[in-house]
Amino acid sequence: MVLKKVNDFCMTICTVNGSGSATANSLILRAIFKMGIPVSGKNIFPSNIQGLPTWYSIRVNYQGFVGRVDHDDIIIAMNPETLQSDLSYLRTPGLLLYDKDIVVPKVSDSITTIAMPVTHLINQSKTPANLKIYLSNMVYVGILAYVLNIDMDKIKEALFQHFSGREAAIDPNKKVIDLAYSWAESEKISSSLFELKPMNQDNGYIMTCGNTAAALGAIYGGVQFISWYPITPASTLPEAMNEYLPLLRMDQKTKKCNYVSLQAEDELAAIGMAVGAGWSGLRSMTATSGPGLCLMAEYLGLAYQSEIPVVVWDVQRVGPSTGLPTRTSQGDLTFSYFLSHGDTNFVILLPGSVFECFEFAWKAFDIAEQLQTPVLVLSDLDLGMNDWITHEFAYPETPIKRGKILWEEDLSELLKNREGDWGRYLDIDGDGIPYRTVPGNLHPKAAYFARGTGHDEYGCYSESPHVWERMQNRLLKKMDYAKVLIPAPIFQRENKKSKIGIIAYGSNDIAVKEAIFLLKQVKLSFDYLRIRGIPFSKEIGIFLEGHEKIYVIESNRDGQLAQLLMINFPYSAGKIISIAHVDGLALSANWIVNQICKKEKIKNASK
Amino acid sequence: MLQNEKTNQIGLTRADYLGEPSTLCKGCGHNSIANTIITSCFEMGIPPEKIVKFSGIGCSSKSLAYFLKRSFGFNGLHGRMPSLAVGALFGDISLKAIGVSGDGDTANIGLGQFKHLVRRNMPMVYIVENNGVYGLTKGQFSATAEKGLTLKRQGKNIYLPVDIAMEALAANATFVARSFAGDPKQLKELIKAALSHEGIAVLDIISPCVTFNNQENSLHSYSWGKGHEDPIHEIEFVPVREEITIDDFQKGTTREVQLHDGSVVVLKKLAKDYDPTNRNEAMRMMEEAIRNDLLVTGLIYVDTQSPNLVQLSNLIDTPLNRVPASQLRPDKKSLEGINRSFR
Repeated sequence: MVLKKVNDFCMTICTVNGSGSATANSLILRAIFKMGIPVSGKNIFPSNIQGLPTWYSIRVNYQGFVGRVDHDDIIIAMNPETLQSDLSYLRTPGLLLYDKDIVVPKVSDSITTIAMPVTHLINQSKTPANLKIYLSNMVYVGILAYVLNIDMDKIKEALFQHFSGREAAIDPNKKVIDLAYSWAESEKISSSLFELKPMNQDNGYIMTCGNTAAALGAIYGGVQFISWYPITPASTLPEAMNEYLPLLRMDQKTKKCNYVSLQAEDELAAIGMAVGAGWSGLRSMTATSGPGLCLMAEYLGLAYQSEIPVVVWDVQRVGPSTGLPTRTSQGDLTFSYFLSHGDTNFVILLPGSVFECFEFAWKAFDIAEQLQTPVLVLSDLDLGMNDWITHEFAYPETPIKRGKILWEEDLSELLKNREGDWGRYLDIDGDGIPYRTVPGNLHPKAAYFARGTGHDEYGCYSESPHVWERMQNRLLKKMDYAKVLIPAPIFQRENKKSKIGIIAYGSNDIAVKEAIFLLKQVKLSFDYLRIRGIPFSKEIGIFLEGHEKIYVIESNRDGQLAQLLMINFPYSAGKIISIAHVDGLALSANWIVNQICKKEKIKNASK
Repeated sequence: MLQNEKTNQIGLTRADYLGEPSTLCKGCGHNSIANTIITSCFEMGIPPEKIVKFSGIGCSSKSLAYFLKRSFGFNGLHGRMPSLAVGALFGDISLKAIGVSGDGDTANIGLGQFKHLVRRNMPMVYIVENNGVYGLTKGQFSATAEKGLTLKRQGKNIYLPVDIAMEALAANATFVARSFAGDPKQLKELIKAALSHEGIAVLDIISPCVTFNNQENSLHSYSWGKGHEDPIHEIEFVPVREEITIDDFQKGTTREVQLHDGSVVVLKKLAKDYDPTNRNEAMRMMEEAIRNDLLVTGLIYVDTQSPNLVQLSNLIDTPLNRVPASQLRPDKKSLEGINRSFR
């Protein structure tokens, strides 16, 4: 007798894209979330519109570990093309639900199979012919609801939410779900293997994706200008802004806007517009992915040199080149760090959750404007496009910080106090950050000529060796202050201080935490530091110094964070061990555990 | 100097419109254009603080520093000034934008951004100082160089040129003019009209490079321009505050184009009657000029009706960069609603 697994399994729905399965899958995901059970959904999709294989993996885990896993416990087979390879991920004892029209090979005895009469049920539902292909996915929703004990009321709530209450869309879907559920009930189909039981882990939590969170965070951060160019996986970020800006920021009486959203002709123009808007005193941003960031490097160099605040979201995919456009990675870190020719430094924020996408989105504007420099926020496809359970968004706890902007009266006052001595690039406060004026300031002394060429404290063209060096060194000085402004690293320590440290960042947080939990079972304990921003703060150096060895875990080939840490903390470089890997999928805890066990020469107890 | 002490209607002297001293070659067409911009803005009485300047990279783009010192300016990237200007103008849409570019900056590296700027009808005066060569890098061909042009160290140009005014027309520009740096009288009237136009105003100005491309047979030289200039009309800009004394012209010999601010462009007929509001006619006339080896100058096309990018953006009246921070963040209650919607 196999023990029933309650709230701890992974199921993958195998379909083709463009078939409408996204709706069905999101219903299941949200219904489980509404049952208070920790759950995640990961969409593995092709760079294609219709007809190619797509997978959607839903993992439930009562302990809250919902990172990606390398196996499936349940497979819902709707695509005959991939069935054979899909089955290779199914571990035993497992459950296979399949469309009855698909010919299924003989499977192991420890796999329970359920043939779903999809065609029969769809015909019975009298669904119009043009909707059949889409609604057939609702069959597995209804059957899974019965088999796994998903609360039907929660499914209906999710359906209502998905279609914003539009009955014309809800009813046909509901009809098929109900029919499928009744069929399963009448056939007394049940699984002795897996079950969902309501928990209460949803209190104070919401479910959405990182791109939506970033869009909303930017809106609550007072964004005034967004220019963008379509690119997977970033497009849904500006699209979410276009959805929410009119609701949240349009004057409801006059229907006038205090923001601009503009789709540019390419990424060169998207960043050019954003830099122009930043220069003229707007909270300005763009959103892109690796290939777009390549094109933006030129303008970001200019923005760095002429000290213009602008926020750039890079929702990372797999590069170089077109790479894997619909798969996730953390491959843009060193590129972002070293962007542009010449000596530069860019402030980089590394959100590790959907909650942080919201938080860092509004903070990024404060940081950019206070430092008068570009801020890059590195999200990734997994975080940006998949729905995650996350803490409710927290309203910004501090008012908007616009930094050192001088309007007419401010400039008059400053000139009076300083006997007329003000220059756009003059470091008056000694923190490396000058006072800026913006176009529209009508004070006759306000204007200056911005440029990427060498200039002195007063914005005048200069090729003087001394001036050049003085100005560039001042830019470097700003980065000291940046260390105070960016989100501090998060430290997770064992009860007893460990000699071994782990450093990670971004969306790998969840897999790393699970790996640390699993490694405890083989008596390995780790202190864990999650880096949330660059330039690296002092705490990171202390963490490196305080451990005998440090594993740096990330989703790229070359161990990019490890490389940057070695450069920045050369005395600790010899202790840094890179654990890096990129295949387009989010890291699994199991992979991390295996890697560390191998390095520690310990037999892996988990499988 | 008496001339400089004269004040305009807002009490400024011409000196208030000057820039830094030019570092371009003596006799460069760009200097003449910079001076004409200064005179135009001074005579129109535009406060220099209400103008914002943009340029890309090249000799032309450097010239931005040589006029309107009291205006904000941004010397951006090669071929990418249009995007910079679009973003910047949204900071305060009450400002007038002047962009200065070159033929390399616009027709080579920047053709894409140029055409999209035009397509969006961005309210901006876009001046191309067109001399057919790269000056700062010492005399390479640009895309506006005519086929067959021979330059020292470059040999013979084997490609057909890009015609900037034609490109602007093809992209649905709402104001297209061509002029010649050697004809500052006409240029001044065109710049004034462009500054009053509420949309993109493209001015393709032949501006000879005295160092690298001023040989007699070159289509961008002073001597060729002087010998082949064929104005399509005599143009006079009549500002809004002045009454038009139409009696000065014989009846039936003028056309008038009223601009949005109430000013009027009076076009006096020359050899033929030319209607600058007819886009087809504009295209035909320019094709013909190329065949006849003529430098047609004047207001080639104008459309005062199409809405511009700013008008289409539905913005509040307050300049966006003056909106107080408190109005930029939605209230706490709205976020509670957002959170609820994701449960």
